[in-house]
Amino acid sequence: MTIKDILETMDYGKAPENVEESISWLDQHNRKFGHFIDGSFCKGSGHFESLNPATNEALALIAQGSESIVNRAVSAAKMAQPAWESLDGHERARRLYALARLLQKNSRLFATLETMENGKPIRESRDIDIPLAQRHFYYHAGMAQLMAEKMPDKKAIGVCGQIIPWNFPLLMLSWKIAPALAMGNTVVLKPAEFTSLTALLFCEMCQQAGIPKGVVNIITGDGAVGEMIVKHSDVDKIAFTGSTDVGKKIRQATAGTGKSLTLELGGKSPFIVFDDADLDSAVEGLVDAIWFNQGQVCCAGSRLLVQEGVSERLYSKVKARMQKLRIGDPLDKSIDMGAIVDQVQLDSIDQMVRENAPDTIFQSNTDLPTKGCYYPPTLITDLETSNPLMQNEIFGPVLVSTTFRTPAEAIQLANNTRYGLAASIWSENINLCLGLAPKIKAGVIWINGTNMFDASAGFGGFRESGFGREGGWEGLVPYTKPKLEPTSGKLAPINLASSESSKIAPALDRTAKLYIGGKQSRPDGGYYKPTYDFKGSLLGQIPVANRKDVRNAVEAAQKAANWSTTSGHLRAQILYYLAENLSARSAEFAEKLDAYSGQNNGLVEVEESIKRIFNFAAWSDKHDGDVRNVPIRGLALSVNEPVGTIGVFCSDGFSLLGLVSTIAAGLSMGNRMILICSEAAPLIATDFYQILDTSDVPAGVVNILTGSHADLAKPVSTHMDIDAVWCFSSTDISKLVESSAAFNLKRTWVNYGREKNWQKNDDFQSFLSAATETKTIWIPFGEG
Amino acid sequence: MTSLNANLKTNTLKRNPGLPLDLDWVMSSQANTSAIERRANSLAARRSVKKDHQTGWLLRAISCIDLTTLSGDDTASRVKRLCEKAKQPVSRNLLLALDAPQISTAAVCVYHDMVKTAAQALAGSGIPVAAVSTGFPAGLTPFNLRIAEIEASVTAGANEIDIVISRRHVLTQDWKALYEEMRCFRSACGDAHVKAILATGELGSLRNVARASMVCMMAGADFIKTSTGKESVNATLPVSLVMVRAIRDYYERTGISIGYKPAGGISKAKEALTYLSLIKEELGNRWLEPDLFRFGASSLLNDIERQLEHQTTGAYSANYRHPIA
Repeated sequence: MTIKDILETMDYGKAPENVEESISWLDQHNRKFGHFIDGSFCKGSGHFESLNPATNEALALIAQGSESIVNRAVSAAKMAQPAWESLDGHERARRLYALARLLQKNSRLFATLETMENGKPIRESRDIDIPLAQRHFYYHAGMAQLMAEKMPDKKAIGVCGQIIPWNFPLLMLSWKIAPALAMGNTVVLKPAEFTSLTALLFCEMCQQAGIPKGVVNIITGDGAVGEMIVKHSDVDKIAFTGSTDVGKKIRQATAGTGKSLTLELGGKSPFIVFDDADLDSAVEGLVDAIWFNQGQVCCAGSRLLVQEGVSERLYSKVKARMQKLRIGDPLDKSIDMGAIVDQVQLDSIDQMVRENAPDTIFQSNTDLPTKGCYYPPTLITDLETSNPLMQNEIFGPVLVSTTFRTPAEAIQLANNTRYGLAASIWSENINLCLGLAPKIKAGVIWINGTNMFDASAGFGGFRESGFGREGGWEGLVPYTKPKLEPTSGKLAPINLASSESSKIAPALDRTAKLYIGGKQSRPDGGYYKPTYDFKGSLLGQIPVANRKDVRNAVEAAQKAANWSTTSGHLRAQILYYLAENLSARSAEFAEKLDAYSGQNNGLVEVEESIKRIFNFAAWSDKHDGDVRNVPIRGLALSVNEPVGTIGVFCSDGFSLLGLVSTIAAGLSMGNRMILICSEAAPLIATDFYQILDTSDVPAGVVNILTGSHADLAKPVSTHMDIDAVWCFSSTDISKLVESSAAFNLKRTWVNYGREKNWQKNDDFQSFLSAATETKTIWIPFGEG
Repeated sequence: MTSLNANLKTNTLKRNPGLPLDLDWVMSSQANTSAIERRANSLAARRSVKKDHQTGWLLRAISCIDLTTLSGDDTASRVKRLCEKAKQPVSRNLLLALDAPQISTAAVCVYHDMVKTAAQALAGSGIPVAAVSTGFPAGLTPFNLRIAEIEASVTAGANEIDIVISRRHVLTQDWKALYEEMRCFRSACGDAHVKAILATGELGSLRNVARASMVCMMAGADFIKTSTGKESVNATLPVSLVMVRAIRDYYERTGISIGYKPAGGISKAKEALTYLSLIKEELGNRWLEPDLFRFGASSLLNDIERQLEHQTTGAYSANYRHPIA
């Protein structure tokens, strides 16, 4: 092409990135890699090819892990963990800092290698992924440094099994490894089989940074290897990022094992545009939302919701913009969209799109390379909510859209999904934006922006997008546990006192009822069973709740949704009032506690309970989140929101203190509760609803059921409208609760049959964490 | 030798007749500063132009320059030298080495008193003379004198008039006054094309820039231009995004193409490439021609010359090797 021709066409021409360094690194390793275990590379076996999706050419041979490899890696991690944890935080910080610096010094090598294996544009790996990964290590070097000062009561969990996806290979590795190492854990990480190379290069950085042997172990291979890690008995924690389906399987596989678990899964995140938005900027936002990384992003803004009055204008702007997207060689610096990671993924995207009427599909008419896995940017307009594409994750460059009329309808549509990862809100009206942010069920909200990430800002989902957060202080919670074990001994199955000889009714018949929606109601099944004191004397009859009573209680809790938007001040007032009313009847409760226990420390337990209520009342308006120091002009708010409706299997020991701790914690943070009260001492709970009644607790906020924990575990844990389940039961139902919860991935907090240390005063943070969801709200601002 | 500029599609467009002031449309213009800055900040990294393509793009940048001198010490000899540079902005030898066609700058831009000198110096070259006008740079001289100044410059041979708007009309949101003022300026220009200088550095917000752009286009501006070069903040990428998006909006609704001229502060070849790619991305290739795009610049040309020489020799060039303007 002559200069004259160029002057005529004003084309960009080619701007290829130099990949010599990557090629020579691959060649140095003879294009064949093993696993990284205990500080060195082993040979590995069962090698498979890793392809460059832009050319379909093989880049290298990657080893397939096996049971023995996983065993070796886990035992290396286990051996190394105590010494790594006992290093001074400063020593860990120095090594994490060294890793950050090494990532920085080798950033171009990492970026080119990442693009060659993943197919994402070099601009993205160079300007976004690798810098964010570096930032993660810098930030967490700081966390290691500050751990002793800021988290004196916390210690490492132990060996972390980490399984990451192919869409952000190095960044996801950083999100997993940096916080784990900072807190003194050791890791066994498995990269996705499509993208192992930057993880293997990272191993060399670990060697150079002086990371002790066994602290970081990286084994490659397919999902079967991941499964081996998940099931390994010496792994204390699993962190997984990937598909919701696999997340559910992991939840089931780890149920009852006591393994700590965090899941960062799929999404169908709404991108909401109001009629007063800067539409051109919103269009640019969409480019970053759905055509970033070819749309293969868990938090991609894949569901466009646009206000009716501007929908046609916005669509035409989007279509015009789509025509400008340059698709092709991801190593070209002027490319906007590279290759889809693999043919399998490409086929799945195409099939999902083809199921729609052709006249609703708009695709840019840009030429695609003939070789490699490419898919054009796609917009499908005016889909109804019933269309599968409005519900299902596509994980490709496909935007689907529908319109709304009012802010209320926008919220309704936004929340009409099984997922809850992220949302973008576009409007120039701050009232509208900030009003919507708390109402959208998503872990991350971006106002007039999208896909903003930072190590200091928590990231993670609600609902079937998973649980746990990565980044910020909240991101350390999954990698630490209290130094003092919050549980004491193994619980014995409860011995329901009964005596053939004492079926004499109390002086006056005492038949308790269920407490649902602020009313006392008879159990649906019509069954009751007796409850006895410690001597076996009949105290009264208690109802046996069944799954329909659970359903009714959940409906009542749903109707009390306003509780979750009340002020902390109001909730504190009600809790103090609750304490006041309990205090007024302390003698009566003490007497009942003593009757059940046969001891005379009931009054002490009542006093403890009053104190506990005061404690959570105090927290009501203080567990309020904070502002994060993100590198934008603006704020990132880390807000603690109520989880929603929590089902609780109450403690059998400390039947009042356990009950009251649970209610006070849940209520203080704005949750609604469904309590399956102690099987051993049910009258404590049924008496307690009189106190609720007299303390202005709104109807439906606390619902009390009595009955068998074993029978109710499943209906409670599978109920889709219950957002979390806590289990402090003496009946060993933890496994059942966790595996049933996999159904819709609700959060669980269970005791694995161990008694909670109810009298210890220092476990508030666990309660507050369990009673809240952290939401990060990004608010860029500025006018000028 | 035919100039490249002659081959470009100059003057084939319908001139902007203007529209009645449509305040609903004006007020619907929004500009989210943070989002615009994000786009602006990533623009340069999203597009890279290398080797021969870079040469081509830099030559195009030169043919879009309004080569400018706006100094209190301008004299006839200084302006003549500038005009000769406009005719031959890149030395013949360098063009030969690049195998590039002959080019000129888009125009020469001067104060009224230098219009006659420039017009004489450029006679026969086809290069238009642009005059800054209406009490440039502050625009606070009596209104009748501002109109008279336009008429005098047109009479003296100016083909293009760069007017300055009354910033106070924007700052007080008196869109009607701004519209009327611009209409009068346009009408005083007659056949000369009019560029509306918004002095964006003094308008307070990008939203105001968007709305002022829209009002000036409705009032018949042929070009909208960022700055006088005398404000403390002149052309920036965020401001440019806002203005070219206003141009796009106007084109989408009326079919009329308005030109864009960033001015002041663009002095590096690399920046010029970023501006060209911004225009290509937001408005399309048609706007990369001098009848719709201008750089208001004086030192940019020299930096481009050095880059062009580097393309031919592989060695970084020095200022003294290129004739000064």
